[in-house]
Amino acid sequence: MDTIMKKLPPRPIDVKKRILHWLITIVTIGLVIWSCTGIDFGGIKETAGQIAGAIFSGIFHPDWSYVYNGSGEDLVSQLWETVCIAFLGTFISAIISLPFAFWAANTKHKHWYVSRTGKIVLAIIRSFPEIVLALMFIKAVGPGSAAGVMALGFHSVGMLAKLFSEAIENLDDGPNEAVTAVGGSKTNIIMFSTLPNLMPALISNTLYRFDVSIRSASILGLVGAGGIGYPLIIALQYRQWNRVGIILLGIIIMVIVIDWISGWIRKKLV
Amino acid sequence: MSSTEQEKLLALPKKKFKILNLLWVIIFIAGLFISTNETKTDLGALFANFGQFADIFLQMLHPDWSYMATVIPLLLETIKMAILGTVIGSAVAFIYSLLIARNIVKNKAITGILRVIMNIIRTIPDLLLGAIFVAIVGIGPVAGVLALAICTFGIVVKLFYEAIETIDPGPIEALTAVGANKLQIIVFAVLPQVITYFISYCLYAFEINVRASTVLGYIGAGGIGLYLQQTLQVFDYPKTGTIIIVIIIVVVLIDYVSSKSREALMQ
Repeated sequence: MDTIMKKLPPRPIDVKKRILHWLITIVTIGLVIWSCTGIDFGGIKETAGQIAGAIFSGIFHPDWSYVYNGSGEDLVSQLWETVCIAFLGTFISAIISLPFAFWAANTKHKHWYVSRTGKIVLAIIRSFPEIVLALMFIKAVGPGSAAGVMALGFHSVGMLAKLFSEAIENLDDGPNEAVTAVGGSKTNIIMFSTLPNLMPALISNTLYRFDVSIRSASILGLVGAGGIGYPLIIALQYRQWNRVGIILLGIIIMVIVIDWISGWIRKKLV
Repeated sequence: MSSTEQEKLLALPKKKFKILNLLWVIIFIAGLFISTNETKTDLGALFANFGQFADIFLQMLHPDWSYMATVIPLLLETIKMAILGTVIGSAVAFIYSLLIARNIVKNKAITGILRVIMNIIRTIPDLLLGAIFVAIVGIGPVAGVLALAICTFGIVVKLFYEAIETIDPGPIEALTAVGANKLQIIVFAVLPQVITYFISYCLYAFEINVRASTVLGYIGAGGIGLYLQQTLQVFDYPKTGTIIIVIIIVVVLIDYVSSKSREALMQ
């Protein structure tokens, strides 16, 4: 038997591609090195490990008296407020998103600049910092969860309308034409073809956004717009590490439960 | 055909009525009422005070361009934070995803526990992480980088391990058959199939990080958010407007570049 192994043919070399890959690699490495410069890593407090340990022990030794005491300032009622902010905020943004979505959707019977401008507007709304929006609403309606609801409601439009418009773009024209072919009016088209086809995507996207809103709602409290963020920042400022731990645990449980519920509903929808 | 039959044909089709749908609607409306009550949201108050809201907005629309020079250094710091956070987070996520992918690590107990840890880490929002890290390591960009790294980790690990689990098992079997060890299997069978996905997810996480890093400074975690907080505190809205415009331009620009390169990568 022939024991000499056959040599594999050499790999084809694409010089252009190789140069491009090396260039990208070098630029990336350069960027990373550049970012390491100028950031002061020496500023870590000596107590860092101790504080982290205290927060961790707070997660495992919760301050039960804080979990529920019926005063309205306890963990459960703050979490409930957070959920309510997210729910109402998502609802408001879903309603505002609909017209924006139809504006930004790139469909056939539309000038190109219409959907392009819509997309740019949505990108700007998306990039407007949520916290600043919350502060503006606090100026208008006073501190509290109402400001949080409105900030969330307006900020979410940027992302939600983008998702909606993608759903509209993916709509099949067939059902519309079928309804038109049998003599349906414009309302008939919307009632019997557009809405039924669009609804599952709308609900599923809104539920997805609700998951994100829960996380945002727990942040908004940091600036005084209601929800669980406020007691957290207070506890951090007063160095009540046990309480920080239990609040974190509460947020984690809340987010997991909400994710689980909305995932379950979305699965049923599909 | 009689006229009644014709009428029947002309009538629009009736939708089937489902009791479950009604239940959902009732739950939904109840939720609306409860949450409106709980948050004391009153849109009337918003419209009544809309003048104030619009006033801030109008002041922001007249940005103070001379402030630009002060903003640029912190803007660069913000981008640096985002890059570092992405690099650290995705490097950890890379190894972690290999450990929790069930087609690489066969031990269900290990992957299960590691996945629970991952899911817990994923739940905490970026700004809260920032606030906690500020308390732990002190005010400065280090807290921001750490918060961003953990966020990146959460995003990339989830997407990447799912990508690993959906690869073609053929190459793995082939390499196992010729007696390759675990590392060789990963390098020669798994990575060539998923590395483009990994890069794409890192870029995606980078987009999110740029967005998040701009506000991290608000709570003292470094970056341009610091000026955001300072100007808002003294009600200097024209300067706030400058910062916000700069943020929007940078975010939109980076979003565009990154999403275009992701598209190019996936081709």
